[in-house]
Amino acid sequence: MLQIIWLLFTREWRLAWRRPGQLLNPLVFFAIVISLFPLAVGPEPGMLRTMAPGVIWVAALLATLLSLDGLFRSDYEDGSLEQWVLSPHPLALMVLVKVLHHWMVCGLALVVLSPLFGLMLSLPAKVLPVLGMSLLLGTPVLSLLGAVGAALTVGLKSGGVLLALLILPLYIPVLILGTGAVEAAVQGMPVTGYALWLGCLAVLSLSLAPVAIAAGLRIGVSE
Amino acid sequence: MNWSFFHKLGSPKWFYDISGRWLPWFFVASMLLLGVGSVWGLFFAPQDYQQGNSFRIIYIHVPAAFVAQSCYVMLAAAGIVTLVWRMKLADVALRCAAPIGAWMTFIALVTGAIWGKPTWGTYWVWDARLTSMLILLFLYFGIIALSQAISNRDTSAKATAVLAIVGLVNIPIIKYSVDWWNTLHQPATFKITEKPAMPVEMWLPLLLMVLGFYALFTVSLLMRMRLEVLRREHKTRWVRDALEKT
Repeated sequence: MLQIIWLLFTREWRLAWRRPGQLLNPLVFFAIVISLFPLAVGPEPGMLRTMAPGVIWVAALLATLLSLDGLFRSDYEDGSLEQWVLSPHPLALMVLVKVLHHWMVCGLALVVLSPLFGLMLSLPAKVLPVLGMSLLLGTPVLSLLGAVGAALTVGLKSGGVLLALLILPLYIPVLILGTGAVEAAVQGMPVTGYALWLGCLAVLSLSLAPVAIAAGLRIGVSE
Repeated sequence: MNWSFFHKLGSPKWFYDISGRWLPWFFVASMLLLGVGSVWGLFFAPQDYQQGNSFRIIYIHVPAAFVAQSCYVMLAAAGIVTLVWRMKLADVALRCAAPIGAWMTFIALVTGAIWGKPTWGTYWVWDARLTSMLILLFLYFGIIALSQAISNRDTSAKATAVLAIVGLVNIPIIKYSVDWWNTLHQPATFKITEKPAMPVEMWLPLLLMVLGFYALFTVSLLMRMRLEVLRREHKTRWVRDALEKT
């Protein structure tokens, strides 16, 4: 079991590193979306500070969503997804490895980049760890929930817009809790409650979402 | 317990026969309840001491919101039946109920906005319960979009079922997070466990309207399902026989 996890993981890494451009695309998108906001509403630091948590979180949401669109596509097209479904190992576990890998190249990179953009949107420096923490707990939920939608739309031609329609309403709790944590930190309030709730959601999606993703992939492959 | 009725539900012909017999009753019941309820509620119920006559829109707003919410639970239940027992009728129910639920949500939102203007002074506030209804509408849109995007009927049924179940798991989380985010709306009007805060001549017509909306929902759901069953089974003999009789 451990061996198959390791094998899958190294395969995903190898595939990802052969197309480094695709690794960077969501991050560049994240950066561009965030820099659009000061251009649109003006560079006044006070306003940017109030908007910063929401802007960073919405940008992270959209970047994750865009990168999820192709999560299962190449595996579906070259038939390896069928091999996964047929293999004796539990499908839920294998997709969990795949989604976690996706999170490491997309979500984790957003977490690492976020302090930079926090500073650019004039968030106080003491808030930046909270911003990073909220993204660290929240982005796995985004990847896992989004993968459910990606699995359900795997065989479809026009998957992109449909995926957004299916998944964005489900992202709302993460958005509320994530921005809530950062806003509380800006006002000097305790953030433990928000962090615990985000952790709850992370554990919940980590345990339930793989089952739904596996069910969705089985349906998609059987078509 | 005798489970044969449950297995019979899997047969489209049996459903078509039995729903044809039920339909007139539900229709009469819905018309009676809605007629009595709306006339009583709109003309005879006493005015609210604060809101005057504008409160009367709750006779549409509250029933629509009730049906909108329970319709989503019904979608998820139909989804579970589709996935577990592979019952075709559950898929028909899911597909036919989703647009009705979306319309009910829309009605609840619009009537709420109309009521909000004289009461709160604005059509829309980002209040917790309004926002959760808006998200419910988006969830309905997602289900409708997915069920129409997949052309293969079996695949589409199963995928929509999975999405409905995932949505149902998420609804309480969304509800609580939105509640936490902002609250201005008054608490729920009806609670089963408590006596309502309204006088009896105000809530009795409301109760009639709620029951009437449920009956109306059943009528339109059955009509849509019967049409969909006929469409799917149009090659079978019983459909030809049934159509020749009429």
